[in-house]
Amino acid sequence: MSILVIAEHDNAELKGATLNTIAAAKAIGGDIDVLVAGSGCGAAAEAAAKAEGVSKVLVADNAAYEHQLAENVAKLVADLGKNYSHVLAPATTTGKNMLPRAAALLDVQPISDIIAVEGPDTFKRPIYAGNVIATVQSSDAIKVASVRTTAFDPVAAEGGSAVVENVDVAEDAAVSKFVGEELAESDRPELTAARVVISGGRGMQNGENFELLYKVADKLGAAVGASRAAVDAGFVPNDMQVGQTGKIVAPDLYVAVGISGAIQHLAGMKDSKVIVAINKDEEAPIFSVADYGLVADLFDAVPELETKL
Amino acid sequence: MKVLVAVKRVVDYNVKVRPKADGSDVDTANVKMSINPFCEIAVEEAVRLKEKGVVSEIVAVSMGPKQCQEQIRTALALGADRGIQVETDAELQPLAVAKCLKAIVEKEEPQLVILGKQSIDGDNNQTGQMLAALTGMGQGTFASEVNVEDGSVKVTREIDGGLQTVELTLPAVVTTDLRLNEPRYASLPNIMKAKKKPLDTTTPDELGVDIAPRTKTLKVEPPAERQAGIKVADVAELVEKLKSEAKVI
Repeated sequence: MSILVIAEHDNAELKGATLNTIAAAKAIGGDIDVLVAGSGCGAAAEAAAKAEGVSKVLVADNAAYEHQLAENVAKLVADLGKNYSHVLAPATTTGKNMLPRAAALLDVQPISDIIAVEGPDTFKRPIYAGNVIATVQSSDAIKVASVRTTAFDPVAAEGGSAVVENVDVAEDAAVSKFVGEELAESDRPELTAARVVISGGRGMQNGENFELLYKVADKLGAAVGASRAAVDAGFVPNDMQVGQTGKIVAPDLYVAVGISGAIQHLAGMKDSKVIVAINKDEEAPIFSVADYGLVADLFDAVPELETKL
Repeated sequence: MKVLVAVKRVVDYNVKVRPKADGSDVDTANVKMSINPFCEIAVEEAVRLKEKGVVSEIVAVSMGPKQCQEQIRTALALGADRGIQVETDAELQPLAVAKCLKAIVEKEEPQLVILGKQSIDGDNNQTGQMLAALTGMGQGTFASEVNVEDGSVKVTREIDGGLQTVELTLPAVVTTDLRLNEPRYASLPNIMKAKKKPLDTTTPDELGVDIAPRTKTLKVEPPAERQAGIKVADVAELVEKLKSEAKVI
């Protein structure tokens, strides 16, 4: 068996999600090649070559791949994927955007968001917002799957010495164009990779009050998340959203502040190791999944928490 | 221009589903069914484009058993002009749905196809991307803003780090994120009117599509239960427990 892993990167840096995806590939077993498609992405390719367990890094360095538009990358992935038994990508927005397109070009039914490898053709994945776990078996010749990164511990970023090979192709489908992007800037760790996450919900009342959470987060080296209610109310930008329709996190410690615990939110965080809930409503569903619950007004409890840390 | 909107009948988002005792499938007997929330947003966006004068006709399509006509009627009540049902009692996986949609796209020749980014039952997040691949169209997935301009569409997409804007040549495929719009409610007169709007039915066979499933569900089970936790009295006790018992800070 041979597995092609599609790297998540921003040309300069290899993203951690790639290492979790390589871990899933290791669980399947076989040779692991990593594709780095980008523009001026030499540094990301070098980083990929150092990752544990990688035999070969394929680099497609071309302007057509600069912003990793799905139309261009999917064609490349489908072309290269023909030579592999498995094609994996992290279930990030980039992976989810590109991978099904590549699968359709290969005439394969992809498997989204796998959380466990049961065999080379059998995987577990959550459905119905994480309320049900399905074990699915693929009969396709090439297995195309996206990997829920929080379900696999990353492989070591150093120690590997893979061969780096250039792929000399340029696929420009010419049906899409990158116009621009607006990235939220933050000094705190990335939400999906943070060891501690503190999230606020509708109970925060407004965006300024999130400052209370930022202070606690800075003491804990934590990332700050939010529920969909907080995002929809405009308190914080939507890239902070944790949930079925936002980001899936599984940190060591998740602190939910002023969050009731709707199904859609639980789907995004219930695999956290330790969950703490601070809510003044003791009937809030979040308490049914919390290891430690504190029934209190968050405007008293959060500042006190900050001073006690 | 013409817009095609795909809608799916799913278990209502408020229902907590459970696997059947034998683990063969999810128990959906006597459970409330609704239009998938992301699909509702897709319909709303199409209707808004029509109200802006950009779109002249909205075709709503759904696939599945007879009952999915209810969801097409919902789309018609929200403002779609006519419906197409692809009737089958067989299990439809996203690849099969994308192939059926491709056949319909070839017949109807819409300039824009709008779908939800994912259905809340299968959570696949695949169909729109696969349709775009099969038809060779550009794709604007996870859209939070859609602007149709001369011959192209600008789509602002929700990505992990923030927002990204792409420009796609028409015809194109767009999949909706939650923040694209807030769907309206169907008024009673519109629900009555929707009953008179045309709804054609076809089958995967008539479309010439092989819908044989490629993956098999071996088992469904509930996720691992979390141990019930404890309530702490105050912040001091919380910090103490996190330090000494849970050892996470």
